[in-house]
Amino acid sequence: MTLSRTEGPGPEARYRAFLAEGRFMIQRSASTGTCVFYPRTLLPGSGEGDLEWIEASGRGTVYATTIVRRPATEGGDHNIALVDLAEGPRTMTRVVGCAPEEVVIGMAVRARIDVRDGAPILYFEPVRDGGEA
Amino acid sequence: MSKLRGETAVVGIGLAGLGQASGWSAIEIMAESAKAALADAGLGLKDVDGLFVSSSTHAMPTITAAEYLGIRPRHFSGTMAGGASFEVHVLTAATALRAGLCDVALIAYGSNQRSAAGRLVSSAEPQVNEAVYDPRQPITAYALATARHMHEFGTTRTHLAEVAVAARAWAGLNPRAFKRDPLTLDDVLAAPMVSDPLSRLDCCLVTDGGGAVVMMRADAARDRPKAPVYLLGAGCAHWHRQIAMMQDLTVTAATQSGAAAYAMAGLGPHQMDMVQLYDAFTINTLLFLEDLGFCRKGEGGSFVSGGAIAPGGRLAVNTNGGGLSCVHPGMYGIFPIIEAVEQLRGEAGARQQVRADTAMVHGNGGTLSCQASCIFGTEATLTA
Repeated sequence: MTLSRTEGPGPEARYRAFLAEGRFMIQRSASTGTCVFYPRTLLPGSGEGDLEWIEASGRGTVYATTIVRRPATEGGDHNIALVDLAEGPRTMTRVVGCAPEEVVIGMAVRARIDVRDGAPILYFEPVRDGGEA
Repeated sequence: MSKLRGETAVVGIGLAGLGQASGWSAIEIMAESAKAALADAGLGLKDVDGLFVSSSTHAMPTITAAEYLGIRPRHFSGTMAGGASFEVHVLTAATALRAGLCDVALIAYGSNQRSAAGRLVSSAEPQVNEAVYDPRQPITAYALATARHMHEFGTTRTHLAEVAVAARAWAGLNPRAFKRDPLTLDDVLAAPMVSDPLSRLDCCLVTDGGGAVVMMRADAARDRPKAPVYLLGAGCAHWHRQIAMMQDLTVTAATQSGAAAYAMAGLGPHQMDMVQLYDAFTINTLLFLEDLGFCRKGEGGSFVSGGAIAPGGRLAVNTNGGGLSCVHPGMYGIFPIIEAVEQLRGEAGARQQVRADTAMVHGNGGTLSCQASCIFGTEATLTA
């Protein structure tokens, strides 16, 4: 048999620690070059264990979007989006920095790390024309 | 041809606590459903030796249910694939019956979701990568899929409203349905948004209710009081858990489960007399009609237009009124099976279809995550 060593924190904990340092890190398989997010212990589907951490470019495109309707007393309406990262993987997020109605499929966005309820959280914001991305 | 085709049949169906069942617990509603299904089959609890239960409230569903019923099953499965669990149970029960692991399989469900909680709640654990953003799950996931379908194929809110209006028209023919008052396209279009582009009337009901199904091997099924409804084919598939991990939000694993069911049955979509599918949200009906081959990908909206899936339309879909207008107690998957059996027996009253020899039954679980398809047929389909 083979014993898998679980020394140090697992991928999910490491991702959160990076985020707390203000870094948006994703994983990439050294042998295949395929990027992985959310963080895992292996490359899904084929199982390569050679995942290394890389800094995400932060660039992404809105794949799908919705407005969650809530009364103002519960925080009001907010956006939920699925964003395709430039590196390939897709994530759920909120697009912030614009009204929820302004978020459209195909919109270019970039990552932004905020703090919410005392914990770091990954949001995205629109890339304005002429803005850096 | 698969060895499972026509080898097992549904011999009993039962319902309990539909709509509002104040003061009843989930397990009590489950047990009443089981009792009704066994009576329908001319059997008793002592005959049940295979138990298949899924629950939103019981972490060990078969153990809890068996104790409550006072039975000692020699085979059981409590698989949890959301609302699709019951179509999965049909397939699992068929294999267990055929292998001789049990002789009488009871599939049962009960929920008091409406009277206990009063809102659509999911027993599923929050997903760590989703929960921090406060999606209103499961609605938000289906809203995202709807937005994508609109973007790629030009599907409109009116197309979605056609689904809700058709379901309500069927419910009007079903005295057991929870919502029977007339509904128009304009009503749906004017309903308040919950998670755009899905409005309140694009979402399923929140009701109480339970259902149960008894299955036996075909030879024994012929000795039961009611005409057996044979399982001709079945298949199941799941491709993701969280909606962000769904590769293409417009293509579900129903493409796989449906193909497996058709292959086993040796039949195709054009040979189905009706479709009973899990319509948690209006988009589900479009996606599954496409993925199960009743129309081409992206054409679901035009396929359902003009009342095409309403009574008198080109294809009978969700003849009980579906999760949108008949009943939706947390997980709906047992009810499409029961409706198909009633139709194939000719017991469906005012909503009875004239041509009722074959039925596609399709279950959905999670956030478009698990898909399971069953094809049922009458005695006439065994030699066809």
